[in-house]
Amino acid sequence: MRIRGKVIRYGDDINTDVIFPGRYLAITEPEEMAKHAMEDLDKDFLKKVKERSIIVAGKNFGCGSSREQAVICLKYAGIRAIVARSFARIFFRNAINQGIPVVELEDTSGIEDGEEIEIDLDEGTVRNLTKGEDYRFKPLPDFIRKIIDSGGLLNYTKERINR
Amino acid sequence: MGSTISEKILARASGVKKVEAGDIVDANVDLAMSHDNAALVSKIFKQLGVDRVWDNSKIVIILDHRTPANQIKSAEGHKSIRQFVRDQGIGFFYDVGEGICHQILPEKGHVKPGMLIVGTDSHTTTHGAFGAFSTGIGATEMACVWATGKLWLKVPETIKMIINGKLPEMVTAKDVILYIIGEIGSDGANYKAIEFYGDTIKDLSISSRMTISNQAMEAGAKTAIIPPDDKTFDYLKDRVKGEMRGVYADEDASYEDVLEFDVSNLEPMVACPHAVDNVKPVREVEGIEIDQAVLGSCTNGRLEDIEIAARILKGKRIDPRVRLIVVPASREVYISALKRGYIEILLKAGATIINPGCGPCLGAHQGVLASGERAITSTNRNFRGRMGSPDSEIYLASPATVAISALKGEISDPREVVR
Repeated sequence: MRIRGKVIRYGDDINTDVIFPGRYLAITEPEEMAKHAMEDLDKDFLKKVKERSIIVAGKNFGCGSSREQAVICLKYAGIRAIVARSFARIFFRNAINQGIPVVELEDTSGIEDGEEIEIDLDEGTVRNLTKGEDYRFKPLPDFIRKIIDSGGLLNYTKERINR
Repeated sequence: MGSTISEKILARASGVKKVEAGDIVDANVDLAMSHDNAALVSKIFKQLGVDRVWDNSKIVIILDHRTPANQIKSAEGHKSIRQFVRDQGIGFFYDVGEGICHQILPEKGHVKPGMLIVGTDSHTTTHGAFGAFSTGIGATEMACVWATGKLWLKVPETIKMIINGKLPEMVTAKDVILYIIGEIGSDGANYKAIEFYGDTIKDLSISSRMTISNQAMEAGAKTAIIPPDDKTFDYLKDRVKGEMRGVYADEDASYEDVLEFDVSNLEPMVACPHAVDNVKPVREVEGIEIDQAVLGSCTNGRLEDIEIAARILKGKRIDPRVRLIVVPASREVYISALKRGYIEILLKAGATIINPGCGPCLGAHQGVLASGERAITSTNRNFRGRMGSPDSEIYLASPATVAISALKGEISDPREVVR
């Protein structure tokens, strides 16, 4: 699976409360969640995401709450993959379960805001098309790839139950 | 090679003899807990095309996050949860006012040592204080657990933390865990299990141990286990049905790291805005004026927390610039605090007491902050905007530090009470 897109760049320790503030947690409609994505971090996010579809960040992306809304709001706003030096564990699981590829790259500092990248999940490479650089990562385990390829845990579980 | 506590619990739960860190297991869940987000979970569950939950006697739902309902959307969510509970015959449902999920679970006897517990709340690590493998998961995962009773888990590496030393007066479990998070960082235990050992841990009350296991999540921990001892079994014996057996690590278990801390000279600590690992001794930020003080949450809303605040505020009046909000963690805690006179002391001191629940911790209601305002709180997160305006500031501290700061109107060191 390959994902190509322009980058929205953030720093370290981006937490779930700035991705999706607690005051909106009663919302259960994904489209409604998307309207509040990154509201407390980046007022221009919804504008940026119209042309850019990959978030690149530093360490510990998604730390904090278990709220899956933090992934769902990004997904429905148009984010198709997230690259970070590391992810907080519940966010990491939630992203996989929503079918959003999460890529842990040892060093993300070479990728800058607005650059275009292509992620190859099978080969384990991120190609920086703007700079012409390649970065390697350890591909996700097969089991996790199956969940992502099914489009998320919901579809994956449905397939297993109906088998 | 022997096994850690997590390895033993996950091996048992997945029906195999032995697992090692790094293995991916398909584990059978012993207890599945959700709160207000059960509204989202049940919505996803319905999309799975399964008629009935796998085992309604293993599901607990507790309304605590936005209770009583703060807006129509929350009320609609609560209503849909009550309907789901009736339709599915969910074994255990605690409605508005009973308390915070992480307080209710052990209080009502749902937690036993050695269990595999999952909850749709990051602070589900709290139940590690009773020797359970207990961890937070997302809503979609919980919907699948409700349907199948199973969940994939990667067996975590374990960090062994040994904490020794007698805590000085007015220095508490909250100060210990904030200090540790300051040392190892907000991702210092990411994806990892922690096992806690040492004299300090042995000396801590059950409530204080819950504070440690709860707040350890803020270092990223997947689970934060304190091996059960007599205190644990004493607390649980009148609450839990059936047999209890602790699960302990083998002497030759393999740990990723062993960290030792001596807390005999520890000072009261505070996590400064806007990161839980931005930890300093209180004396370094003394004198910073505050607008609001919050005493409560799954981290520090138990009887001993209310007791220490009552001790500090007895016969006194908080600074008129400060709003002090007190949230007992459960109905049981509230009643005990009432009987002992703590609630009256706090009311006379100028506190506002609100119903058991999560209250202002997550910025949904019951005391949100305006722009430019500053709070000191015994809750667990100080992220930007967590308790209200993105332009407000949150300092995390122990109940004692919160109480003395409310009294003075500025961040203050609780040790001055005993000087």
